[in-house]
Amino acid sequence: MTDMTRNAGKKAGPTRRGALALAGAAIGSGAITGFPTIWAQNIRNITLRQAGTGVSGLNAIAEQCKKDTGITLQLTVMDTDALAQRAATQARSFDIADIEYMTIKKVYPVGNMQAIDRKRITNADKIVPIFTTGRLTPTSNIAQGTAPHTVGFVANKTATAFQPQQTDWMTLIPTIYNADTLGIRPDLISRPIRNWKDLVDPAFKGKASILNIPGIGIMDAAMVMESLGQLRYADKGNMTRAEIDRTTAFLMEQKRAGQFRAFWKTFDESVNLMASGEVIIQSMWSPAVAAVRSRGIACTYQPLEEGYRAWGGGLGIAKHVSGLELDAAYEYLNWYLSGWTGAYLNRQGYYSAVLDTAKNFMSPAEWDFWMEGKPAAVDILAPDGKLMEKAGTVRDGGSFTERMGAVACWNSVMSEDRYMVQKWNEFIAS
Amino acid sequence: MRGAVTSWLLAAPLALVLAVFLVVPLFVLVVVSFYDYDSVRLIPDFVFTNYIEVFGSMVTWRTYAKTFSFAATVWVITLLIGFWIAYYLAFVIEGTGKRTLLFLICTIPFWTSNLIRMIAWVPFLGRNGLLNRALVGSGAIDQPLEFLLFSDFAVILAFVHLYTLFMVVPIFNTMMRIDRRLIEAAVDAGAGFWRVLWHVILPLCKPGIAIGSIFVIVLVMGDFATVRLMSGGQSASVGLMISNQISLLQYPAAAANAVVLLAVVLMMVAAILRVVDIRKEL
Repeated sequence: MTDMTRNAGKKAGPTRRGALALAGAAIGSGAITGFPTIWAQNIRNITLRQAGTGVSGLNAIAEQCKKDTGITLQLTVMDTDALAQRAATQARSFDIADIEYMTIKKVYPVGNMQAIDRKRITNADKIVPIFTTGRLTPTSNIAQGTAPHTVGFVANKTATAFQPQQTDWMTLIPTIYNADTLGIRPDLISRPIRNWKDLVDPAFKGKASILNIPGIGIMDAAMVMESLGQLRYADKGNMTRAEIDRTTAFLMEQKRAGQFRAFWKTFDESVNLMASGEVIIQSMWSPAVAAVRSRGIACTYQPLEEGYRAWGGGLGIAKHVSGLELDAAYEYLNWYLSGWTGAYLNRQGYYSAVLDTAKNFMSPAEWDFWMEGKPAAVDILAPDGKLMEKAGTVRDGGSFTERMGAVACWNSVMSEDRYMVQKWNEFIAS
Repeated sequence: MRGAVTSWLLAAPLALVLAVFLVVPLFVLVVVSFYDYDSVRLIPDFVFTNYIEVFGSMVTWRTYAKTFSFAATVWVITLLIGFWIAYYLAFVIEGTGKRTLLFLICTIPFWTSNLIRMIAWVPFLGRNGLLNRALVGSGAIDQPLEFLLFSDFAVILAFVHLYTLFMVVPIFNTMMRIDRRLIEAAVDAGAGFWRVLWHVILPLCKPGIAIGSIFVIVLVMGDFATVRLMSGGQSASVGLMISNQISLLQYPAAAANAVVLLAVVLMMVAAILRVVDIRKEL
């Protein structure tokens, strides 16, 4: 996700339903009492500067954090690329990085972050196994691309090389993730959409769009290529030059044939393309689908047979953080996983890393709708109290296990990154 | 002697500002264009890879060709429209008050930002936009016209809308300085409308045309937002190429591209200034 989701985040205002929030605050503050009170008092004066993307850089979270722990969070929101750059080059400008796993793959080896001691994370053992073993259930496959567990661990506090196995030192504490797919306008498409290849169906000529963020766009294109049976990739998240050539050649061919109406780069663009009917099938992000729907326009986040392209993010600590500040950082991470934030994120259609604690902060109806894929028992409200889904609706793609269990690849950074970007530019310029 | 010191002191603040905010950044730009880089870091070095990639890639040439064609088309259209608007304001309208009023009306679009003026075209030109709905509704066409939005047409339309005033203002300015007696003399000597225009007004407007042309060409050559928004990301320009590289942290590549673009634009400006000596005629 990049800058587009920032807007989605902003829309989710700080207000929330009173009763639940009060309950949340009560339980939330209860959840942190296990810590030595000596510094729990001092921590109240501490400010942590968090740099992150708009996905989770939300004021509501900062306010709740202040209320529950006393720690002041100073949020700086930027897009994925700017964040990568800042984390790599201006290490002292932030204390906490709220960053994606694909970005940490580039950034962690630079050596500006410190590993997180897993033993100090209360709920570490409850973290969804996607982030630890890479398998949602013991039998699931590990998806292609930069799977979070492959860049989640290092050997010790100062090591910069990732470990293939779990260790006691984590690069990030996972916080938020989701599975992305195509968005469609069911009112303007008469046939069922089942596969990624439907994006290039000539029936939708001039009405399709793909996102123009090279690293993600090319993976959506790869999903289409595989779906058409044109190419099998060894790893869609780490293509060879030949695979990149084939994929971009295919995209150029489609572009020449007039398949695409436009390419989008920001959240608003994707929403407007879809809402105006310029485009009826395109790569999309889940809050953008919600934004189209909130205008009263039908939009489906269509599950596809080949599976999803997933992304995940987490919180990391900058190397310079030490002493009381470091204690506060750990307290913040523990608070983050203690449930309130998890529920807040789940309610926006994302997923939280520790599900058990988030469940405590959600009503059974909410849990059933968002996580179990059951029809909504009551109207489902957004965190700002606005109606999100009417009673009776079922979440697109179904339950957590159905959606996260069908991940085909993770957002990633390729070894041939530089070459890929050149070829992508060629495609856009063609 | 004291006069010389005073002049130096008077020039110093501007020189300092230009040195710090123009010369130093440009120098850094040139230096960085020889750096190497990986996905997150700049690696200080002296390599020609970035330039080899710029010149060796077909994309660069095609993108430059596209950008030139945008610049040329927009220049011709804005010049034609701008010249006649300026002519109308300067020679047809009588009375300073009325002229000033009409001139101010020309600037109304500039009361909002560039971006908003550009985006405003989207709901107008779209598939279900105002224009298409009007045309389909009136029975003029059966199918909405798709080329109106997210196309080169849309890009040029937006450019013309955005930049015509930059042509109008300097041309109008030079026209107002033309000594009206010259025109009277020409008419008295028997010259017709076109002859006056061609032999009197046009030559005297050259500095204005040159300044307007520099504005328009420089703005179009360096643009990336208009091209991206109005073409729906389907078209490329040099500015867009650079902006893509920056967003992917490929600063040295972007710097090399910027240095090349800067050289190209400077050459274009030099060519214009060679044809018209602005200083002599102002």
